[in-house]
Order: sequence, then structure tokens, then C-alpha cells
Amino acid sequence: MQEWTGLLPAFPLAGFVLLVLSRGRMPRGIAGVIGAGSVGLSFLLALTIAIGVLNNGGQAYTTVLWQWMQVGDFAPGFSFYVDGLTLVMILVISGVGFLIHLYATAYMADDPGFARFFSYMNLFVAAMLVLVLADNLLLLYLGWEGVGLCSYLLIGFWYDKPENGYAARKAFVVTRVGDTSMAIGLFLLFSQLGTLNIQQMLMLAPQQWSVGSGIAVAASALLLGGAVGKSAQLPLQTWLPDAMAGPTPISALIHAATMVTAGVYLIARTHVLFELAPSVQLLVAFIGLATLLMSGFTALTQTDIKRILAYSTISQIGYMFLALGVGAWSAAVFHLMTHAFFKALLFLAAGTVILSLHHEQDIFRMGAMRRRLPVSFWCFLVGSAALTALPFTSGFYSKDEILLAALGQEHYGMLLWTGGVLGAFLTALYSFRLVFVVFFGRDRHQGSSHGEDHAHAAVMEAMSPVMFFPLLLLGLLALGGGFIHVPVDTVFGAVHEEVHASQFLHALMILIPIFGVVIAWGVYGSASYQKAGEHLRERLLAAPIGRRAYRFWFSGWGMDALYQWLFVNPFMVLARLNRKDAVDQIYGWVAQAARVGNSVVVMLQTGNLRWYAISLVGGMVLVIGLGVWR
Amino acid sequence: MTLLFYSAGAIALIATLSVILSSNVVHALVYLIISLLSVAVIFFALGAPFAAMLEAIVYAGAIMVLFLFVMMMLNLGQATEDEERAWMQPSLWIGPGLLSGILLLLFVSTLLTHDVTLAPVEVSVRDISLLLFGPWLLAVELASMLLLAGLIAAYHLAKK
Amino acid sequence: MDAIPYEHGLILAAILFVCGLLGVLTRRNIVFVLMSLEIMLNACGLAFVVASARWQHAEGQIMYLMILTLAAAEVAVGLGLIIQMYRRFHTVDISVLNEMKG
Repeated sequence: MQEWTGLLPAFPLAGFVLLVLSRGRMPRGIAGVIGAGSVGLSFLLALTIAIGVLNNGGQAYTTVLWQWMQVGDFAPGFSFYVDGLTLVMILVISGVGFLIHLYATAYMADDPGFARFFSYMNLFVAAMLVLVLADNLLLLYLGWEGVGLCSYLLIGFWYDKPENGYAARKAFVVTRVGDTSMAIGLFLLFSQLGTLNIQQMLMLAPQQWSVGSGIAVAASALLLGGAVGKSAQLPLQTWLPDAMAGPTPISALIHAATMVTAGVYLIARTHVLFELAPSVQLLVAFIGLATLLMSGFTALTQTDIKRILAYSTISQIGYMFLALGVGAWSAAVFHLMTHAFFKALLFLAAGTVILSLHHEQDIFRMGAMRRRLPVSFWCFLVGSAALTALPFTSGFYSKDEILLAALGQEHYGMLLWTGGVLGAFLTALYSFRLVFVVFFGRDRHQGSSHGEDHAHAAVMEAMSPVMFFPLLLLGLLALGGGFIHVPVDTVFGAVHEEVHASQFLHALMILIPIFGVVIAWGVYGSASYQKAGEHLRERLLAAPIGRRAYRFWFSGWGMDALYQWLFVNPFMVLARLNRKDAVDQIYGWVAQAARVGNSVVVMLQTGNLRWYAISLVGGMVLVIGLGVWR
Repeated sequence: MTLLFYSAGAIALIATLSVILSSNVVHALVYLIISLLSVAVIFFALGAPFAAMLEAIVYAGAIMVLFLFVMMMLNLGQATEDEERAWMQPSLWIGPGLLSGILLLLFVSTLLTHDVTLAPVEVSVRDISLLLFGPWLLAVELASMLLLAGLIAAYHLAKK
Repeated sequence: MDAIPYEHGLILAAILFVCGLLGVLTRRNIVFVLMSLEIMLNACGLAFVVASARWQHAEGQIMYLMILTLAAAEVAVGLGLIIQMYRRFHTVDISVLNEMKG
């Protein structure tokens, strides 16, 4: 099967080409089959490859498809490298991707851009697979930019609304900042190591650079810049909440499960470089910590269901960065996988809620959805439990590993651990706030008449097994995904020694999320305490500091306003100053001079043939005269 | 031979001037034929009988007959001749005459610096043929292509 | 048999050439223009033949042959154009052909 590795991204790419060539004239049935089927084929192939590799003892291999280019010593191949880490990634991408594609065939069924949607999705899956399969950083960068492009296209999928286009541009520009940093990192790495092949680089770097040397710090910091942009970490996280403007399956696939974890993948893939730069690695941990806390607080105050999930995604990726920063590579990849399961589940379940309420996204206009959409409710509950890391769900195992690894950090272990646990508390609070507000309590939806709405929801429940099959499967994975062993031991070398924490800390780690759930229930859930809860909320908001904190958190810690003030406004001022384009003026003069000269010369062109002949002879006489009497 | 050269040269000169000064097309054509024939005589005097024959046959014969045919087809009458005479204003001749004079001056001034005499040695048809169908074969082929192109173009252009 | 200075041959060619040029520049009747062109071409041929005699080599005459061919083709095409022009404008005055301007 290994020789077929090249087909992995080829299936979705072929799907993309077919769908694009159909120019939207293809019947929806066929378009859906092509869109979902191509990813399904990739998943089956990925599964067989994974079985083959794991039976072979996890032996990594490289498949050279062709030589991409050759410029002097620079000869990147179009070749794929497959090891345990890659296997995890391709299985998550094609597996979760397939389920989301399946879901989307029902979710998008009424959309006029059906084929366009699936063509972008397929292109995204192809690019993402290239990203994780690439054996050199240049090919990885190709996939990296490819997914960025697809993200842009899909955020702005409903392009007739200007704010969606604005969100798409914002995502594109903000991630571009990180990508530029990464490109500079690639140049630096190539100029220093003479190769961009990842495995060779990881071998050469420790030989040539000492731990903590300036080059290693610079290279890994530049790569970190790229990872931070793509994975929406501080300070480049502002694009992700706005990216929720796209259709919900997009948010599930790109902005929760796969693309945003590319930064985590990049750091895990080049972990040797980060080990050579301990200061940068520590920076990774603190970026993760700050991000997870900040977005946790922000998620508490949001009212848009998808924005809450977006901030929760940022926060969970913060956990992965924390894990990377303390050297718990496999824990990060493990959390990446489980997060892909439960976050995709949450988004898809949220999608059914949104769809059943005619694209209503404000959670305070929902309520009592438990009775209307029981399947979605249970799935959402499972997803939230896993997100909160309640015991025996998949999130519990992965977050547990991360927090223990953080505790084991030499200098700042306690600080990182405390922050992580606080983050877990916040996670429990905001995710169960979401559950209780949306699925319990009164029905606050003021849309069309009740009977019709119920009928609509009932029809949806009955009609779309295509939508609920992915939900159920993802629910199972979110519950049981913790028992999957991530085969990355061979990738990250020595297994880290077990961190032994006291019973007290263990108990704390289990109890704190449960405590968060209880508080959320007290404030938002229980009928008897609801009055008291609302009273408490009002009291909190009435106090000036409470109101100010609420506003501050609601705006995402004012980052958007800060960037508006720091970058966008100065840029606008510059643009306005240079509205007439000073450089262009000079070229304008050149053009003007040419035009004037032309009008002068045109006057010589009378159309009189004899005049032409005389000019010709005059020139000839002049030339011969010059030749004779030099 | 020298006498032949100079007398033929004088005739050619006079005939040519008559061509460009004449106002009747057919007269001009006859003068042109005379000029060409006298050039043929000059060729003969220079020891190039083959070129002389070609000049007489092709130039003075074929090409001039072609001109004649066209004159007949155009059928230009007395009106054209009067018009022609009206166009012959002296002021028109100043610019071209000046330029041509300078050009002639340039030619003559460069030519008068050398002093090599011509000893007319006859170049036979055989010599020319050997060269034509030897090293210059490609040029002959190209010339035939050119004539073919001319033939087709003339046919196409003159079509109604 | 006394020799002819070869410059005399070339000067004759030059005079003929300039006469032709004068004709091209002054005449308005296109038939005269074409004839003047013939004179110029013929003068060139004469120069080549003189050169052939000067170096006592046949290649000058081969050049003359080429010019002859060129003249024949040119006259054929030129006369065809004259006929076409006469058909279209009913005149042989080249001043009517003044469309070629900026």
C-alpha cells in the first residue's frame, strides 16, 4: 500500500477538479457523492496504509513522487514522509473530514453554491494532506498556503454579505503575518543547513548548533511565528472568532478540527529545533497558557454559539501549545486528536441547532432544545463533557497528560499547572453554560410559530440520517477516543519519565471541572436556582468593575480594538496620505511626455507618399554623408 | 569600345532625363526602352554580353511590354497629359533636386579618388552558368520563388 | 583598345540612379514613379556589372541577374496595384493615397 501514498491527496484533488469543471451544473446528488466520496476513498487508503505501517512496527518511510525543482543545491522533491505522527494526522484529517463532508451533504443541501462548497472542501483536504505528508518544509509550505487559501474562500463562502468578505480578508491577512515569519524561517534554515528536508534538518541541526545558540533561537522563533498565526494563538488569534462567518461544517473541519492544529503539527514535526532553543520552547508554553486563559474568559461572556466554540478552540489549542512548550510532544498530538473529535462533534451538533432555528446563533434566543433535538442534545453533551475533561471521556485523558507534563516542567511547573487547571475550570464553566442555556430552560426562540418550528425540527430529525450518523460516530470517538494509543513514540524518541503527582493534585484535577459544571448549573441550569442565578448575574454586571470586565472579556480582551488602533488606523492614514500615489505620478509624467512627443511626431505623418519618400531620401543622404565625411 | 561606352552612356543619360521630364506616358516608355537598350550596349562594351542580352530581352522586352499592356488597359487620354503638365511646377523640383544633387555629389566625390582602369575582358556565358548552378544555386532557387510569388500576387491584385 | 576608367562606369550608374530618384520624388503620376524605380534598379545593375568588369569576375553579373529577377517581380506586383488603384479611384495620382497617416 505504501506505493499508493501519493494517491492520498490525489483523490480529493481530483474531486476538486471535477467539481470545478462542472461549473455548478452538476446534479447535487453527484456533486455530493464526488465531494464526500473522494475524501472517503482517501480515508480508506489512509486506514490501509496505517495498518500496514503499524504491522511493520511503525517503520517510517518516504515516497518520492517526483523532483519538484532543481536550482543549484536547492532540490526539494515532491515526496511524502510517513511516520506515526503523519499517520495520526492523515487519519484525523481524512476520517473527521469524511464525516464532516457527509454531514455537509445534508447541511448544505439547499445552498445554491453546493458544488462550489464541495470543491473548496476537497481542495482543502488535499492541501491539508500535502501539508502533513510533506517530507520537506517547502512542500509543507505549499500545503500551508493551500489551506490558508481554502480557509479564505470558505470563510467568505457566502460572499454576498460584506461582513463575511471582511472576515475572510481578516483571516487571510492576519495569518499572512505568521506565514511571512515562517517563510523567513525557511530561508534562514536553508541558508544555515543547506536543506529543507525535515528529517535531514532534524539530524543536522543538533550537530551544527549548540543548545540555546542564536541561530536555533531565531529559526525556531520564526517557525513559531507561523504556527501562532495558523493556530490562532496570542497575539495572532483575532481572526478565528470572525472566521465563524463561514458555514458550520467549515468551522468544524477547518477552524476546529484540522487546519488550526497545523501550527501544533509544525512544532511537533520540527520539535528538535525547539529543543535546541529552550527559551523559545518556554515561550511556546507561556503563549499557550496566556491564550487558553484569555480565550477562556472571553468564551464566558460570548452569546453567539459559534463564537463560544471558536474561543474554546483557541483555548484548547492553547493547551496543545502548553504541552509542546513543556516537551510533552505526544500529549500535544494526543490532545490534537481528541480535540478534533469532540470539537468537530460540538460544531456539527451546534450546526443542527442553528439549522433547525433558521440560522439563529444567539444562545439566549434558544433554549429547551433538549426536547426538540434529542440526538443533537446527547451528542452536544458528550462533546462538552469531553471538552470539559470529565472523567472517562477522551478529553480527560489528553488534558490529564498535558497538565501532568506541565507540572513536571523544571522551573515554572507549578505556575503552568495552576494556569492550566484554572483554564480547565473556565472550560467547564463556559461549555456547560452553553449546554444549559441552549438545551435547558424555557424556549426563548421567537421565530415562526411554534407548531411549524416543531414540525421542522421533527422533519430534520427524521430526514437526515446522513447528518446524524457522523454525529453519533463522532460522539463515540469523543467518548472512547481516550483509549486510542497515539503511535508517535518512534517519532519523538525517548519517552518522558512519568510525572508523579500527589493524590491531592490528581483529585483536584478531576474535581475542579466538576465544580465548574456545578456552578454553571447553579447559575444557568437549575430551575430553582435560576432566579438566584440571574440575580447574581445582574449584581455582578451592576458593579462597575464587573461591567467593565464583562465588556473587556466580551471584546476578546480588546485585541481587535488594539490592532485597529495600532496597525489598521496608521495604515489607513498612510494610505490616505498617499492617495495620489507619489511614485505613480513620476510614471505619469513619463507617459505624458511620451504622449506629447507622439502628438508632435504625428504631425510629420501627413499621409502624403512623396513626403515620405523625401524623408527617406533625406535620411539616406544624411547617413551616407556621415559615412563619407566622417 | 571606349567610344561605344561613352556614346551609349550619353544616350542613356539623355533618354533617362527625357523619361522623367516627359508628360506623355507612352513617350516616356519609349525613352525608357531607349535608355535600357543603351545600357545593354554599355554592358556589351564592358565585356558582359550575357548581361547585355538579358537587359535587351527581359528589361527592354518583357518588362516594358508589360508596362505597355497596362498603359493600354488604363487608356489614359489627353486629359491626363494636360494634368501631368500642370503638375510639373518648378517649385516642386527644388527640394528633390537639392537632395539628389547632394547625393550625386557624395557619390562622385567618393568615386573620383581612385584611378583603376577597366580592361574589358569578356566574361563568357559558361563562367556565369558555372557559378549560377554551382555556389549560387540556392539564390537561383530563391529567385524562382520570388518570381512565383510575384506571379501569384500580380494575378490576385489585378483580379476584378 | 584603350581602357575605360572604371569610375566613369560607376559615375554613369550614379547619375542614372539620381535621375531615377528625382523622378520618384517629383512625379505625381504613379506610372512615372514606377518607371523611375525601374531606372534606379537598372542603375544598380549597371554598377554591379561595372564591378564585375573591374574585378574580372562573373559574380557581379549574377548579382545583376538577381536584380533583374527582383525588378520583374516588382513590376508585376506594382502594375497589378496600379490597375487596382485605377479601378478604385479612377486616377493615377498618388496624392489620393493619403490614408496612411497618424
